[in-house]
Amino acid sequence: MDLKTLTFVVVGLSFALYIGIAIWARAGTTKEFYIAGGGVHPIINGMATGADWMSAASFISMAGLIAFLGYGGSVYLMGWTGGYVLLAVLLAPYLRKFGKFTVPEFIGDRYYSQTARIVAVICLIFISFTYVAGQMRGVGIVFSRFLEVDITTGLIIGMGLVFFYAVLGGMKGITYTQVAQYCVLIFAYTIPAVFISLQISGNVFPQLGLGGHMGDMYFLDKLNKTVTDLGFSAYTTGSKTMIDVFCITLALMAGTAGLPHVIVRFFTVPKVHDARLSAGWALVFIAILYTTAPAVGAMARYNLHATVNTAVATGGDKFAPDASIVGETRPEWMKRWEKTGLIMWDDKNGDGRIQYYNDKSKNPEVLARAEAAGWKGNELGSKKDGKFVGTVDNDIMVLANPEIAHLPNWVIALIAAGGIAAALSTAAGLLLVISAAISHDLMKGVFAKDISEKGELMAGRVAAAVAVLVAGYLGYNPPGFVAQVVAFAFGLACASLFPTIVMGIFSKSMNRGGAIAGMLTGLVFTLAYIIYFKRDVLLGMPKVPDSDWLFGISPEGIGVVGMILNFTVSYVVMKLTPACPDHIQHLVEGIRYPRGAGTAQAH
Amino acid sequence: MSKPQDFDAKAYWSATLRLLVITLVIWFVVSFGAGILFRDALDGIHLGGYPLGFWFAQQGSIFVFVGLIFWYAKRMDKIDREHDVHEE
Repeated sequence: MDLKTLTFVVVGLSFALYIGIAIWARAGTTKEFYIAGGGVHPIINGMATGADWMSAASFISMAGLIAFLGYGGSVYLMGWTGGYVLLAVLLAPYLRKFGKFTVPEFIGDRYYSQTARIVAVICLIFISFTYVAGQMRGVGIVFSRFLEVDITTGLIIGMGLVFFYAVLGGMKGITYTQVAQYCVLIFAYTIPAVFISLQISGNVFPQLGLGGHMGDMYFLDKLNKTVTDLGFSAYTTGSKTMIDVFCITLALMAGTAGLPHVIVRFFTVPKVHDARLSAGWALVFIAILYTTAPAVGAMARYNLHATVNTAVATGGDKFAPDASIVGETRPEWMKRWEKTGLIMWDDKNGDGRIQYYNDKSKNPEVLARAEAAGWKGNELGSKKDGKFVGTVDNDIMVLANPEIAHLPNWVIALIAAGGIAAALSTAAGLLLVISAAISHDLMKGVFAKDISEKGELMAGRVAAAVAVLVAGYLGYNPPGFVAQVVAFAFGLACASLFPTIVMGIFSKSMNRGGAIAGMLTGLVFTLAYIIYFKRDVLLGMPKVPDSDWLFGISPEGIGVVGMILNFTVSYVVMKLTPACPDHIQHLVEGIRYPRGAGTAQAH
Repeated sequence: MSKPQDFDAKAYWSATLRLLVITLVIWFVVSFGAGILFRDALDGIHLGGYPLGFWFAQQGSIFVFVGLIFWYAKRMDKIDREHDVHEE
């Protein structure tokens, strides 16, 4: 069977599985639609949270980002896992005890204000749509690259599938399909990693293989030598400043804890005790992928260099005339992926060989050696708008990884199914919180209070359907590329929802005025900063130089400043406005201890 | 939500906060401390082929996070029981 047919079969089987589960787990009540009935086992919930959490960005882009950033990629590794500690100790158990359906509902009740609830809905919609756009794009990309259908067709198939099980099954359908999707994606991610780790350092566990030996030296030392010889910065040190690494990591952590689609997952378990444990289980399932990713990134980086420069493996002179491979003999996978533009060879010096090095290196020795060897610039990169760009696309490190390492075709097919599973599971979780925010918070909570249970369920389904269409449009017409868009959703969550929820639990005196002012300040500041510094990508305007960054903090990390502003403004406004009423203070006392947490209640 | 009998809310909450602070200190030390602020110093030490600071940033902190949450959940269960506010 050829690769394309095999990929169709594997992806088709995974779809049949999801649809089967969706039909089995239809939602009949609003409680099932919003929180899967509230009786999900903590380990099952942990697995579903893992799939919900690990998006197209985690699956497709992250290892590639790490491969090219080296140590700098650690921000994603620590940032996207450390947030679970914050969730477990600051949010999940208390919100579970509170026992309602949505995040804006908590904010509305805790701050005794419909306005606060509506502001929270606005924050939620901004965060979730930013995030979902990246997922739909991811679905389209995987379809177009592996199945060679065009990106629009891929998007429509993806939308149709999410529509089917999110609209029909609600949270219940999503939870159980996510469990299946977790299995597909983790299998697809770890199998190639294990093979590659075995090839490179003979260790079954990629986590150990990365720290293992390759020949007579440690693999990481060999990789450092390879990349520095070719003028790149050393793999284990990277190039970001410390304050920026610090802020991005913190923004991703607090953002994780403030993402509505992650928080609601903890409303589905039976007890407060289970909410704490479930955060731990979620992180176990996430850590399997996240501790594998650094090995995938580093080994893929090495393999890429070793493919185009034969002296990398032998330890000979990388600048020798015959070290760089002859272009015509480049491997099949390279030719195949050239069609997608993710990788491109541009023979600048016309010698018919591929010279891959950093032609903007700060090391004059490397540049001098390259010039002496007759190299006229880096020749391996990617194609953007029909032109050669001197950087290989991040995404290829996962997508083409099995081919680079000569793994069998079924592994390649598995990667396609895994990428789609990662994107669909996250998209479905996001669409559900958007629909719940509209049907439960805006309609039932504010504008149509006397709506019946059946009417609300219908409204939820219609809202989910509309959200799918909007997400599809955003995926077709995306603001920037996948990982970048997703990183901004964290900044927004970190600056708006996270501080407001934490204050709602840990401060009895925080009041309505403080919360509303704080949320709006955090959201507006962070959004404005991101738009200002990313206006070249978002609006097509001339780029603002990075040297203008506030305190040297990049737009990815600015959520931390937004969070500090949120806390400060909340505190000041609280002092200036009427105090928090007594019955709210009792409510806060009530959510602080576990006893008496029934399953989540409808009104 | 009826209050449990003989429940010392203040003592329970301060025990909870104490555990919370310990947990967050560990959380901060392994990631922001070992993986970012003191990475350069730790990189001088090696763990197999890993420079130690790099290991904390890309592997170690994640392992600690997992253990930390389960440890926290266990300690919280104990505090809940001691103050008799655990769930039946």
